[in-house]
Amino acid sequence: MNPTTQSRVAMIFKLAVLAGVIAFPVFGSAFYTEMVAKVLVLAIFAMSLDLLVGFTGLVSLGHAAYFGIAAYAVALATPKYDPANLWVVFPLAVLAAALAAFFIGLFVLRTKGIYFIMVTLAFAQMAYYIFHDTPLGGGSDGIYVNFKPDATIAGWTPFDLNEPLQLYYIVVLALVAVFAFLSLVLRSPFGRVLVGIRSNEHRMQSLGYATFRYKLAAFTLAGALAGVAGFLYAVLFGFVTPEYLSWHQSGNVLMMVILGGMGNLGGAVLGAFAFIGLQELFSDWTKHWQLLMGGVIVAAVLFMPGGLSALPRRILKVVNGERGNG
Amino acid sequence: MAEADTVIQMAGAAPVTGEAMLVAERLTRRFGGLAANQDVCLTLERGKLHALLGPNGAGKSTCINMLSGDLPPSEGRILLGGKDITGLGAAQRSRIGIGRSYQRTNIFPQFSVLENCRLAAQSRNPRPWKLFTDAMHLFDTLERARAAILEAGLGGREERIAGTMSHGEQRQLEIAMVLATDARVLLLDEPLAGMGSDESAQMVELLRGLKENRAILLVEHDMDAVFAVADTITVMVNGVVLESGPPEQIRNSADVQTAYLGDGHV
Ligand SMILES: Nc1ncnc2c1ncn2[C@@H]1O[C@H](COP(=O)(O)OP(=O)(O)OP(=O)(O)O)[C@@H](O)[C@H]1O
Ligand SMILES: [Mg+2]
Repeated sequence: MNPTTQSRVAMIFKLAVLAGVIAFPVFGSAFYTEMVAKVLVLAIFAMSLDLLVGFTGLVSLGHAAYFGIAAYAVALATPKYDPANLWVVFPLAVLAAALAAFFIGLFVLRTKGIYFIMVTLAFAQMAYYIFHDTPLGGGSDGIYVNFKPDATIAGWTPFDLNEPLQLYYIVVLALVAVFAFLSLVLRSPFGRVLVGIRSNEHRMQSLGYATFRYKLAAFTLAGALAGVAGFLYAVLFGFVTPEYLSWHQSGNVLMMVILGGMGNLGGAVLGAFAFIGLQELFSDWTKHWQLLMGGVIVAAVLFMPGGLSALPRRILKVVNGERGNG
Repeated sequence: MAEADTVIQMAGAAPVTGEAMLVAERLTRRFGGLAANQDVCLTLERGKLHALLGPNGAGKSTCINMLSGDLPPSEGRILLGGKDITGLGAAQRSRIGIGRSYQRTNIFPQFSVLENCRLAAQSRNPRPWKLFTDAMHLFDTLERARAAILEAGLGGREERIAGTMSHGEQRQLEIAMVLATDARVLLLDEPLAGMGSDESAQMVELLRGLKENRAILLVEHDMDAVFAVADTITVMVNGVVLESGPPEQIRNSADVQTAYLGDGHV
């Protein structure tokens, strides 16, 4: 198969997955529909992290901070007995996440490698304790979002997030939008610079690129998109807890990216499906599902370089290679 | 940035051959107790190729690293078009027109030849805010990249993945990338090392053409090439300048003969 056929097959696969996701509520129960919605939100979260890890070469272990900050923004901006307006609370949540990422980025992007991993984690832990241990965040129990945001704009209500089906399709729409947006960004001059930084940051500098600014822009953008995911998560489940910002959450989303294959947006989506699928499967069998999950991740890293998204190409290579030899 | 832009304008103001573009004043760089460069003075003039010679470990690459901004000098000043640019970093110096190639090939191995040069060319007009424009549709950038690929002798190899090419081809790519940035001061660290003789000859021809409206500093061990293109030669030994002058003077210098060139070398 030549590269154009390969990308065509990949495109057909993506459209088939999308069709499946769109059709799912017709066949699946309400319980599973909500679970798919959860996976789609986490897929957005994973794509936002992949922008950093896979495309810019910045391994952040604190990405849950921006997810959680946006989720808390929803909870804190929702009045006790009224819904908040969607068109206010959504930009607010995303902006809060982006601002946090910008200011944290100013510090963490001065470090590299293992130090970067450590300081992103440290800042996320600080954010975690702000919501866990101060009056702001409602402690370890978190806060209920009693009312889902109201989509009314100028007296007109285009959709109702209290309707599970409508909420589901809003989530699908958000996933498609973020996927399309990132696809465009990655082939833009800006995106090419990010991939150049991943490959050889020193050379990018000697070519004249102020790499720090590019990395800061990427970090802020990734934070904002994690905020989109955090917003949707809070709306979907109607409550927020400090766990959203915990290092478990940061680790889980990193595992989704690795499982799906770094540097591949479709892979991040696939990784979210695989991770939650395995989590459900394993937690049915045993309380110690994390042990099994750890094993899967180790096996994936060792035997499946490039993750799930690279699997078809690798299989193809083996098949073609055998045919060539025989 | 504003300061950097005025430097560009000043450097571009008077296109006179022989005008001093880049000046190094008493550059010194110490690594612990070792003075890799000590009071090195150099002047690069527009339209001239200045060769920097010296045995291994003489401090040639260290000198280029200071001029390109990769390494801050311990002492001394660097002027471009009369402006002090000692405080500028590597990226800023590149943007004001100082381009360099590396002795150890420094490319994007996973990218195609075209993408390597396209990124180099894109740095002249980066347009990062055009988030929805396909980078492959920036035609000015593409054109510049393709021209640089042809000049460096890599025509027809645009789609090759850089890391899979031969060592010599990667050396050519290294040069193509500096050319794609359209720098007017070129700092070339052993560009011919590792190239085949045909490519070397082509590169010497290229250098001759390039120096017309640029200032070039060439570090090179290939003496035939150096004497074929250099207008001025500076010889360094142990971090200090031993002698500097026109090729004839260097060729006949007794000091240089004993210290570096040895017998039968020239
Ligand atoms: N980053 C560094 N840290 C410590 N010492 C260094 C460093 N870079 C260079 N040196 C030392 O400085 C001296 C000059 O090195 P440099 O690379 O500039 O020499 P050169 O003239 O380019 O040699 P060559 O012809 O081998 O490329 C050498 O003794 C080298 O070991
Ligand atoms: Mg050297």
